[in-house]
Amino acid sequence: MAADMRLPTIRKTVSLSVSAFDRKDLVVPGDVITSDTGFMRGHGTYVDEDKLTASVAGEVQRVDKLICVRPLKTRFNGEVGDVVVGRITEVQQKRWKVETNSRLDSVLLLSSVNLPGGELRRRSAEDELTMREYLQEGDLISAEVQSVFSDGALSLHTRSLKYGKLGQGVLVQLSPSLIKRQKTHFHNLPCGASIILGNNGFVWLYPTPGQQEEEAGGFYTSLEPVSLSDREVISRLRNCLLALAAHKVLLYDTSVLYCYESSLQHQVKDILKPEVMEEIVLLTQQKLLEQEG
Amino acid sequence: MAAVQVSEAEKVYILHGIRDDLRVDGRGCEDYRHMEIETDVVSNTDGSAKVTLGHTAVLVGVKAEIGKPRPAVPNEGYLEFFVDCSANATPEFEGRGGEELGTELSNTLYKVFNNKHSVNLKSLCISAGEHCWVLYVDVLLLQCDGNLYDAISIAVKAALFNTKIPQVHISTDDEGGKEIELSDDPYDCMRLNVENVPCIVTMCKVGRRHVVDVTLQEKACSVASLIISVTHKGIVTCVRKVGGGSLDPESIFEMTEAGKRVGKALHAPLMTLLQQEEDLGKARQKVGFLG
Repeated sequence: MAADMRLPTIRKTVSLSVSAFDRKDLVVPGDVITSDTGFMRGHGTYVDEDKLTASVAGEVQRVDKLICVRPLKTRFNGEVGDVVVGRITEVQQKRWKVETNSRLDSVLLLSSVNLPGGELRRRSAEDELTMREYLQEGDLISAEVQSVFSDGALSLHTRSLKYGKLGQGVLVQLSPSLIKRQKTHFHNLPCGASIILGNNGFVWLYPTPGQQEEEAGGFYTSLEPVSLSDREVISRLRNCLLALAAHKVLLYDTSVLYCYESSLQHQVKDILKPEVMEEIVLLTQQKLLEQEG
Repeated sequence: MAAVQVSEAEKVYILHGIRDDLRVDGRGCEDYRHMEIETDVVSNTDGSAKVTLGHTAVLVGVKAEIGKPRPAVPNEGYLEFFVDCSANATPEFEGRGGEELGTELSNTLYKVFNNKHSVNLKSLCISAGEHCWVLYVDVLLLQCDGNLYDAISIAVKAALFNTKIPQVHISTDDEGGKEIELSDDPYDCMRLNVENVPCIVTMCKVGRRHVVDVTLQEKACSVASLIISVTHKGIVTCVRKVGGGSLDPESIFEMTEAGKRVGKALHAPLMTLLQQEEDLGKARQKVGFLG
């Protein structure tokens, strides 16, 4: 197996749509947004000598009299109803601390999870002691944001059968701003794998569960070996996600699927080479433009 | 080293994948990630190289200074290694956190180069017993994504290839003492022969198979690894075991054989690439850190 060694080249951005220079609403720190003093300043801005200036790099959003700048590279700022994929970092008295790529660790209260068996009852002292049997440090879960605390920490819940502990699969960590907000974040892709596009940038790829496993509701994690064909599909999807993220393409089920189809002519491990990445992303962007127009 | 948390189910997935020779990113068990090598990136050193292996980034600088040779070997120069784990790589390296890993890495480098053939130390001698060239090899870890030993050894080899040691002229001055004059011409320099410089291959034992170039997730599933340094002829200069788990003597033998095979295959593309970069000369577009 010859190792792939090469000299570095300056990466060029692959973009079919209007270039970044032409868009007027993109700013970098220090750019003056407006000199009009009638606006209220929101997040990402500050007033410098009566001029509203941006303090982060991103796009300007204006809602009536409020101007704020939404940065491209940021930690996850959760809102109620967002679907997140997180990793348990701590097991505390009546709650778990979950890492979701936000500024503070999110909280999953014991009262916000479905107990095994689906019973609805008061949480007893015994439940507290057996918390670790259900979710341990390092486990991955999919959950929904129930509320936001005053300090900005998120409170999560897994009170539906589609949320819960995640089994075998691959986690890909990307920037939260690349995930498109959609009606549903759980997709069963036709290529043979399933994907959870968490709003916090954590994307979970897993083999599509069989019919009987769907009724278990996420408490029983199957440790059966995954078949080689499923594995290949998941690896290919993972590399496609990384390729799309490297070229800052918005991620949603259609874009991921188009990228997968464009990558079929290459071997899975070749997708991460820079020139192959560019080619695949270009094809994906072309297909997406055709679909829109 | 920086460690990531992996859940039990993820570990099982990774283990089964490696057993079937299809890793999470589609590689086989003996495939390396995409590697980018560039030399001559630091202008105030005598030789430098930057290697990016996946997300691991390593910067090596070589400085040649005149010093006194070691008493046991008066007609040889020597190399000094120092590895600095920068806090850029991971927050664990802040302050003195990276010292332990840094000492471990530099001790391994000393062991790897502790033989007569890797670098021709006699060529570093200026006058026996009095002056010799000392090569200070400084390694800086910029980003940490697994497989530090391999990346560091490739970067050291590339930096030594790139090193230009000025020519010296020894003359006797009026009182009879020796005077050393360095040549003024920047192109009048001596290059090192790095053909026999070994490359390190880390073989990690995951489940029942051994894997080359592990990512941090795969490292979390392995308990022991074997570090083998191999020259281009397939000669092993150093073998070291790291990790808390145990290794079967049979698997050590298998891993050494596999390591020899993989290590031997690393040298040829590396030397071709370094030669190609050298031949580009001034036409080469320097990328540095802003690529």
